[in-house]
Amino acid sequence: MEIPEGLRYTQDHEWVRADGTELVIGITAYAADELGDIVFVELPRPGRKLAAHEVFGVIESVKTASDLFTPVAGEVVAVNPDLTGAPELVNGEPYAGGWMIRIRPDDAAAADALLDAAAYRAVIGG
Amino acid sequence: MPYGPHTDADRERMLATIGVASVDALFEDIPAAVRSAGIRLPAPEPELVLTTRLSQLAGRNRTDLASFLGAGVYRHHIPAVVDAMLQRGEWYTAYTPYQPEISQGTLQAIWEYQSLIAGLTGLPVVSASHYDGATSTAEAALMTIRATGRTRVLVSRAIHRHYRDVTRTYLASGGHVLDELPTLPDGTTDLAALERALADPAQPVAGVILGQPNAFGLLEPMADAARLAHAAGARFVAVIEPVSLAVLASPGEIGADIAAGEGQPLGIPPQFGGPYLGILAASDDLVRQIPGRLVGRTRDLDGRRAFVMTLRAREQDIRRDRAASNICTNQALCALAATVYLSTMGPHGLRDVAAGGAAAARRLEAALAAVGAPRIHAAPYLNEFAVHVADAPRVHAALLERGVLGGLVLRDWYPDDPALADALLVCATEVTTDEEIARFAGALREVLA
Amino acid sequence: MSLEVEQTIAAARVLIPLRDRGEEGSLGARNAVGPVLQPTLAETSTPGRRTDQVPHPPADALDGIPAAHRRAAPPALPELNEPGVVRHFVALSKLNYSVDGGFYPLGSCTMKHNPKVNEWAARLPGFAGLHPLAPDALAQGTLELMWELQGMLAEISGMDAVTLQPAAGAHGELTGILVIRAYHEARGDHDRTEVIVPDSSHGTNPATASMAGYRTVTIPSAPDGGVDLDALKAALSPRTAAVMLTNPSTLGLFERRIVELLDAVHAAGALAYMDGANMNAILGRFQPGAAGFDVMHYNLHKTFSTPHGGGGPGAGPVAVRAHLAPYLPTPLVVREADGRFRLERDGERPGSIGRVRAYQGNAGVLVRAYTYIRAHGGSGLRTVSDDAVLAANYLRARVEGAYEVPYPGPCKHEFVATARLLKEATGVRTLDVAKRLIDHGFHPPTIYFPLIVEECLLIEPTETETLEDLDAFADALIEVAREAREHPELLHEAPVTAPVRRLDEATAARHPELRWRGMTGAETPCPQ
Repeated sequence: MEIPEGLRYTQDHEWVRADGTELVIGITAYAADELGDIVFVELPRPGRKLAAHEVFGVIESVKTASDLFTPVAGEVVAVNPDLTGAPELVNGEPYAGGWMIRIRPDDAAAADALLDAAAYRAVIGG
Repeated sequence: MPYGPHTDADRERMLATIGVASVDALFEDIPAAVRSAGIRLPAPEPELVLTTRLSQLAGRNRTDLASFLGAGVYRHHIPAVVDAMLQRGEWYTAYTPYQPEISQGTLQAIWEYQSLIAGLTGLPVVSASHYDGATSTAEAALMTIRATGRTRVLVSRAIHRHYRDVTRTYLASGGHVLDELPTLPDGTTDLAALERALADPAQPVAGVILGQPNAFGLLEPMADAARLAHAAGARFVAVIEPVSLAVLASPGEIGADIAAGEGQPLGIPPQFGGPYLGILAASDDLVRQIPGRLVGRTRDLDGRRAFVMTLRAREQDIRRDRAASNICTNQALCALAATVYLSTMGPHGLRDVAAGGAAAARRLEAALAAVGAPRIHAAPYLNEFAVHVADAPRVHAALLERGVLGGLVLRDWYPDDPALADALLVCATEVTTDEEIARFAGALREVLA
Repeated sequence: MSLEVEQTIAAARVLIPLRDRGEEGSLGARNAVGPVLQPTLAETSTPGRRTDQVPHPPADALDGIPAAHRRAAPPALPELNEPGVVRHFVALSKLNYSVDGGFYPLGSCTMKHNPKVNEWAARLPGFAGLHPLAPDALAQGTLELMWELQGMLAEISGMDAVTLQPAAGAHGELTGILVIRAYHEARGDHDRTEVIVPDSSHGTNPATASMAGYRTVTIPSAPDGGVDLDALKAALSPRTAAVMLTNPSTLGLFERRIVELLDAVHAAGALAYMDGANMNAILGRFQPGAAGFDVMHYNLHKTFSTPHGGGGPGAGPVAVRAHLAPYLPTPLVVREADGRFRLERDGERPGSIGRVRAYQGNAGVLVRAYTYIRAHGGSGLRTVSDDAVLAANYLRARVEGAYEVPYPGPCKHEFVATARLLKEATGVRTLDVAKRLIDHGFHPPTIYFPLIVEECLLIEPTETETLEDLDAFADALIEVAREAREHPELLHEAPVTAPVRRLDEATAARHPELRWRGMTGAETPCPQ
């Protein structure tokens, strides 16, 4: 299962990638695989302020719906427009075209406290 | 027991396999303190006795009067083919199509229903899950709330009394606000009042609900109302009567976001209130907000076209406390009736039904006016309208004695409205005969004399 | 894949008539003996075809309708003749599995025989033709039937009052919870904001609580499948409005600690709601009202044999004890001192929660349920439950071993089995077992519900299946387990004898095609 180095991870299977002063957030390949065929991703409106651990969206596969949790507090600056027409991107390229939201974190260093790739690998028993 | 197959020998064999001595042993998990000794009901009745009893009960209803009662439920010709199809056990003894491989009949039929109602309403997303016109109107109101994030809905006083009441019950339970829009003397909704209500910045409006035809049978300025609603960021709900859509501008044409209404006129008998069919159709951008089952077209492993319930993850069995609605059922059999009805009538047959009702209603209007019961409202109508008669409840009762069901006493629905204190709401459809109209007018002449 | 397996699949396919290969408009012939996929109505439509159902109205019929209110083009509806309509819907019907066609062990749905006399009764012109706003004097027959049915459902449940209005089970749940809310508010008890449900509950329970504005608190089940009494006691508080329980539970188990449980609910000032979906197990054996439940709903399409209709319509009457009767929706049917029947008038019961639907109920469904109850009487209804429970325990005994049965017996009208061990051993999942049962000629049981048992099958045989059919189904389940070990491909490929194979549900959901897009309006002008 692909767990790229250099990203940060959460117990809830989100990944976080630093991009300048902003953070890009998606779900891991492991999570996408567990959910199966993703059919819909419900995302917040840009401008919304999110607290850490707050639900920022819902991801649906054919027969399940799961919450998406905010890894670190911040304001949504963009959401992935491609997921509306092609939610399968989350299955196909979870760390690239399947990204979900981009936030401006309240605390620039907050993501450093999340799991690194090795620690996340331990979480999923890989 | 009339339908059970088990002989005593069968039961003994089953008990032996299970390894218990008696059926009672299978109920020992019910604590003794709350075990019931049985049900005190009359003795079983063989089918011969039962059919006699039911015939007698049905005979105590009176359906032989000349009826001009509509008010949301309409007498129409139901082609014989409709019930002939419904009586096939493959339709009515199947359940929700959870196993699509062996449910393609029901799935395609629901998909056909979605297509036909989309054609009729001009709105592309249709759910076949709703109980009746009142609950589909209430669900439409809730959709506007979810779509806008606002909590206040405006409903015209000129929609069906029960629809307003049920919408209020549904909205109140979630802590939302339902405000009523007044009507003008011509019987249509007061759009100036709508504009004022929409302009209140402290109470932004999620949705605006008007009926077409409205509760008085009148035609509303729907496109204007929709435009006002949209200008204020609100969604517009058209409460429709489906047969009228053969000739009236569709909700899609007038700019509605949602159409709700009662599907009973599409081949479903009145049967004292149900089961009916709540029509609910919406624009594409509301596909995630519409509650209930949706059927989609797809392919099987071999590439054959097939149908399947889709967007399931919106529903209660998956989202539980965060589902759009608690709706579990679909109204498949009622939707099937509507689908067979619409296939049989076709666009021209349905137009004949609508136009035939309009023509009969004009004859009725003239006949009633000639005996002293003129129309109350000036706005145009299709096949239902209100007439003025002094002391309407007494007149209505006196008509009953003369074999005429003279519509609805509007005071029952609008007890506080002096303009409607002496009014009957009457309708005609394609089944209304000149003889019935003459009987109504003649009886009314006697009663008013 | 072994040769033997390939031959089996090939043989199974040969038995199916030639079918469409997915080219729209070139679908199979209608006059085949077996099921054949059909074109859509739109594809069947031919401009100019019609049926003569009603007279043509005069040309000036619509002159009173201003042009602004007129439709621009006739609606997009198909044009067929009557035989075309009949062939279309008969051919579609052949694609359905049904109770009339075979055993339908769908757990929690109670797919029992739908008596034909019920259908006859509902279609009597006196019942079918009655307008819902007809004055009471014209409706004495249906009103008498409804009044009697209110009393029968009160007696069966051990409750005091019944509303027949709710149109379905979920609608009954909403009605019941709104009644509970009205009760608390009438007592000035405004702080109750939570509804407790066990994790094994139907999804409608938490969805209903949300719809009524409550927060759902979910509690775990105990290892024996019952409610965890300690977890319940810990969750109960002055904020609890109600506890919603399905009894017997969705695992098919009677709640053995029911007395303590109801005591705990009431001690917290909350009310006890019983989801009556599983009443078919306990008729004449347990009266929820007498035991202390405050409110419950029935599913007439389950317990009382009204047809499921492909998913509806149903009816979900709600029964309550006396302290909740003032809040029931309006109108109830009442009997006057002179023996006449009437509907309550607006405002007659000021505490009522109001209307939950138009008119007074799915009377057409109520006629069928009344007919069923009359046919059985009190003694017959008890036998219904006895035989339903007997059949479920018999099936359970027969398949235990081939499948894991996680909870000890006796069960009530249904039981849970799981393919968990089979999955570990062979890789086949419960979904595969279900699809393979189709090839053996059976409708699969409910699968993956309740959510708390991995890879589960929820099996409900009902009381109307013969011992021969129960045995044939047990044999098929056992055979499928054997196939899973010896030829798992058969299960992965299944079904191969159905009109279609497994469907691409992901594409259906990602790119919804919810209607025919090719038809924009009638292609021939309307005759003026």
